[in-house]
Amino acid sequence: MALVDITQRPGVLLGAAILLHVVLISAQVNTGSGLPILQVVTFGAFAEVQRGTMALVAGGRNFWFGYIALHQVHLENEALKRELQTLQVRLQHEHAQAQRTDNLRQLLELRERANLDTTAADIIAASGSPEFRTVTIDKGTNDGLATDMAVISPAGVVGRVILPSRRASKVQLLIDRNAAAGALIERTRVQGVVEGFGDGSLRLEYVPGSSDVKPGDLVVTSGIDGIYPKGFVIGTIEQVGPGSGGYHQITVRPAVDFTRLEEVLVVRTPAANREAPEGKQ
Amino acid sequence: MKILGAGLAILMALALQTTLAGLVIRGTAAIDLVLIVVVYIALKAGPVPGLVAGTVAGLVQDALSNPILGIGGLAKTIVGFLAGVLATQFILTGPLPRLVMLVMATVVHAAIFMGLYVLLDLRQFPNPVPSVIGQALGNGFVGVVSFQLIEWLPGFVDRRRARRPLKR
Repeated sequence: MALVDITQRPGVLLGAAILLHVVLISAQVNTGSGLPILQVVTFGAFAEVQRGTMALVAGGRNFWFGYIALHQVHLENEALKRELQTLQVRLQHEHAQAQRTDNLRQLLELRERANLDTTAADIIAASGSPEFRTVTIDKGTNDGLATDMAVISPAGVVGRVILPSRRASKVQLLIDRNAAAGALIERTRVQGVVEGFGDGSLRLEYVPGSSDVKPGDLVVTSGIDGIYPKGFVIGTIEQVGPGSGGYHQITVRPAVDFTRLEEVLVVRTPAANREAPEGKQ
Repeated sequence: MKILGAGLAILMALALQTTLAGLVIRGTAAIDLVLIVVVYIALKAGPVPGLVAGTVAGLVQDALSNPILGIGGLAKTIVGFLAGVLATQFILTGPLPRLVMLVMATVVHAAIFMGLYVLLDLRQFPNPVPSVIGQALGNGFVGVVSFQLIEWLPGFVDRRRARRPLKR
């Protein structure tokens, strides 16, 4: 039956016969390199088959491992993301702890240097109104705090206690519009009064126009107000200009960055018992 | 029966080709009796018998005389097939069409045969055209005569017998 079929398809038979002859001839003829053509052609053809098979297998494998079998990778990825988030939170916590430790160390150094009775306090709240520059600290009358006690930081003067409660106190910052402190220019010892201007800067008032004042001069507390201990840094003169009434108009840039305050010291030593701190703050 | 006859014809052609052809016809016009037999089988029986005859005859001929087995076989296979196909498409019973067929078959055979040898760098055929033309004409002449004889002889014998008076 198969023979009948193939005889009815002479084209197929011709192709088979030609192929048979080609194979037969190739088996006997060598190439230029001395290798049999049949071997070379067979190897070349089979190498292509191998290449195709390998490409197919590699494609399937890549498809499997790159698309299908990614469930485990997805789970692992999720776990790694969670772990990364945990580590990021922990890192931030560690960083905050380090920063807090550094702040506390500076406070401790200040406390030892100032030789004053102080207590450390954390700022727990800011002002509820932008018109008033106040903060709330976590120490109150239970800790010996009272009105008009000076609040300082390692950078300089912060303000004074204006409203103590049992466990917290409100502190008026020096930059508040209603705040003021006795001050002097450290270089020339010229005295004046520092007042808050409400915009974050300070004004040094009542400095005679004949006084030697230059931008960059350091302004410190004079201690005459009975609130702030003498010699603590208030800020640096930023601008000097002619004022009214024969006084300079002096703008002072505060030494304290009030936006980044976290811990402060409250001076509990009465003004009568105070001594000037050792060196500049 | 036909297969047996075809096989015998091929064997006879091979025997004559290897023994007598070189002696009878010298020079460039080397007649290929095996090719003539293959073409005849293809003309009478069609492409598939022509193909098979060409394959068998060509391979045997290669085995007997050619250094590479298969080149002559391939050439005769294709020629046998093409001759069979043409025979089914055209009327090739007259001497002239058969002469043309034999000439064409010889040319195609030579082209394949020589082309493969040259292509495989096995042998060179300098100036092959005269020898191919000579062979084609020789094959044509011998083939046409042979075909006519083969087809004419049985009828001639019958007619001779028919002319004999009946003995009472």
